Amino acid sequence: MNIVVLVKQVPDTYSERTLRAADGILDRAATDPVLDEINERAVEAALQLTEAHGGEVTVVCMGPASAADSIRKALSMGADRAVHLSDDALAGSCAVQTARALAQVIGGLDHVDLVLAGNGASDGRVSAVPAMVADVLDLPALTHARQITVDGTTVTVRRETDRGAVGLTAELPALISVSEKINEPRYPSFKGIMAAKKKPVTQLSIAAAGIAAAEAGLASALTTVTSVVPRPPKSAGQKLTDGDGGAQIAVYLAAQKLI
Amino acid sequence: MAEVLILVDHLDGQVKKSTYELLAAARPLGEPSAVVVAPPGTAGKLADALTQHGAEKIYLAETDRTDFLTPEVDVLAALVESASPAAVLIAVSADGQEIAGRLAVRTGSGLLSEVVEIGPESVTHSAFGGAYRVEAVANTPHPVITVRSGAAEIGSVAGAGAEQATDVPPPARRVATVTDREPVTGGGRPELTEASVVVSGGRGVGSAEQFAVVEELADSLGAAVGASRAAVDAGYYPPQFQVGQTGKTVSPQLYVALGISGAIQHRAGMQTSKTVVAVNKDPEAPIFEIADFGVVGDLFTVAPQLKDEIAKRRG
Repeated sequence: MNIVVLVKQVPDTYSERTLRAADGILDRAATDPVLDEINERAVEAALQLTEAHGGEVTVVCMGPASAADSIRKALSMGADRAVHLSDDALAGSCAVQTARALAQVIGGLDHVDLVLAGNGASDGRVSAVPAMVADVLDLPALTHARQITVDGTTVTVRRETDRGAVGLTAELPALISVSEKINEPRYPSFKGIMAAKKKPVTQLSIAAAGIAAAEAGLASALTTVTSVVPRPPKSAGQKLTDGDGGAQIAVYLAAQKLI
Repeated sequence: MAEVLILVDHLDGQVKKSTYELLAAARPLGEPSAVVVAPPGTAGKLADALTQHGAEKIYLAETDRTDFLTPEVDVLAALVESASPAAVLIAVSADGQEIAGRLAVRTGSGLLSEVVEIGPESVTHSAFGGAYRVEAVANTPHPVITVRSGAAEIGSVAGAGAEQATDVPPPARRVATVTDREPVTGGGRPELTEASVVVSGGRGVGSAEQFAVVEELADSLGAAVGASRAAVDAGYYPPQFQVGQTGKTVSPQLYVALGISGAIQHRAGMQTSKTVVAVNKDPEAPIFEIADFGVVGDLFTVAPQLKDEIAKRRG
C-alpha cells in the first residue's frame, strides 16, 4: 500500500516562541525548528504498515525552505521520497488554505491508499487540518488513532480522546491521524541517515502544484490577525520556606476566597 | 437579527456545560440557534434545557446514521446554506475541532480556533499557552469559531426556544463508521479543561502510587487532576491528563502545581490560570516565577497538610 505522510516543521516546544508583532506570523527565525514529534509517530506508523503490507512512503510537507531538515529526518527514518511544497507566496496561509494546498499536492500523486498525519501540530493548535484534508479529498477520516489495523482494503482504528474510545472502520483510500500513544518512533540509523541524502525530494512551487496565486498566503487568507499583544509577564508572588506551608496555602486561598 | 448556529454538545441525554456557555457567547454576534444532532427520539428531550439557557431557535436533526462526526458536518453545512448564519460556534474538543475544520473547508468559511473571547467585530485567541493575546477576524461570511471553555458566563435568561425539525442529508463524503464505543470513566472528577480548580503533579511525585497524594488533595478541592509531561513520560499518570504544550491547555481559577519544575512546555498549558500555587523542593524551580503563592518544601508534607486544613475549614 502506498502511504503519504504529512509532516510539519514546528518551533521546538522547549524553546521560547514568538509571534511577529507586525502580522502575527510565527517568527520562525527566532526559534529552533524541529520535526513535530507527533509527525515522527506518523512516519513510524507508515513504515510499520509498509513493512507489513508492502508499498512506499511519501512524505509531504508544506513549509519554508528550512523545513528540508525535517523532511530529511523523516527520510532517514525510512520514508522513500518526499514532496516539499515551498513558496514564499504560502506564508501566512490560514487553516482552510493549508488544507486545500495539501489536498492539491496529495491529489497530484499517483495511487495513494492511505494518508497519515499527526493528530495536531504543537504550534498552531487547530488540530483539524488532517480531517479538513480528508474532506477536500473525499477520504474517510479516522482520527486520533492509537491503533491501526489494515485487512485487505478495510482499515480499522481505535480512536482515543478525552471522551473515551471509539472503534472506526472505513474502506481505503482513507486518512488516519495518529495520537501520541500510537507507537515509539524509531531513531534513524547511520545507514538511514546516509541513504536519506540520496532519496528524491521534489520541490514544488504553488504554480507547479496547481495552486492559484490568488488563493495562497496572507493576502487571501480566510482569517486575518488584527493584533498581537504579548501578555505581560506574570510576576512571582509570595514564596515561603516555612515548615507549615500547607496551612499557609490554606490561609492564602481563604483570603482569595478560593476555599 | 442574524442567527448564530451553536452545535449542541451532549452525552447520555445531557447537554454539556460548554454548550450553555456558547449560547451566551453568541450574543454579540446574533441570536443563538441551537443545533442538536442526535439519534431518533432523543433530540427533542434536550430542548427545554437549551431554551432555559437562551436558545431562540432549536434545530432538531435526528438521524440513525452511524458514521462518525460527518452527520454533524452535513447538518451544519446544510444549515449554513439555508440560514446564512452570522457565525457557527462549536465548543473546543477533539470532536468539535474536527467538525469545525471540515465545516469551514467545505463551506469556504474562515476558521477561528480555540477562541477565548468573542466580540462583535473580532475574536481573541490565546496563542502559545497564553504568552500572546491575538485578535483575529474572518474575511468570509459565516465564520466557524471553536470556543474554549470559560469564554462566557452561562446566562440565565430563557430564549424563545422555537423548535424546528431538520432533515439530515445523506452523507456528502465517504465516511468512517463507528463499530463500538467505550465511554471514558471519569471517576467522578470534573473534566480537566472545564474544571475551575486543577491540581497537578510532576516528576517530584516520584511514582504512580504516590500520585494518590495529588488525587487526595484534588478531591478535597473538588478539582481535576493533571500531570506534567515529565510525570506522564515516567508513567506516573495517564497521558490524557497531561497539561502543557503537547497536552491540555487549562485556565482554571486555581492551579496547584505539586513537584512540577515549570518548564516552558508545562507553563504553556497553564499560565493563564487565574491563581497559581506551587510546591517544590527546589527554591530555583521556574514554576515559582509565575506562582502567586509558592512553598519551598516537600509536597508529601505540604499537600496532606493543606488537605487537612481545607477539611477543617469546611468543617
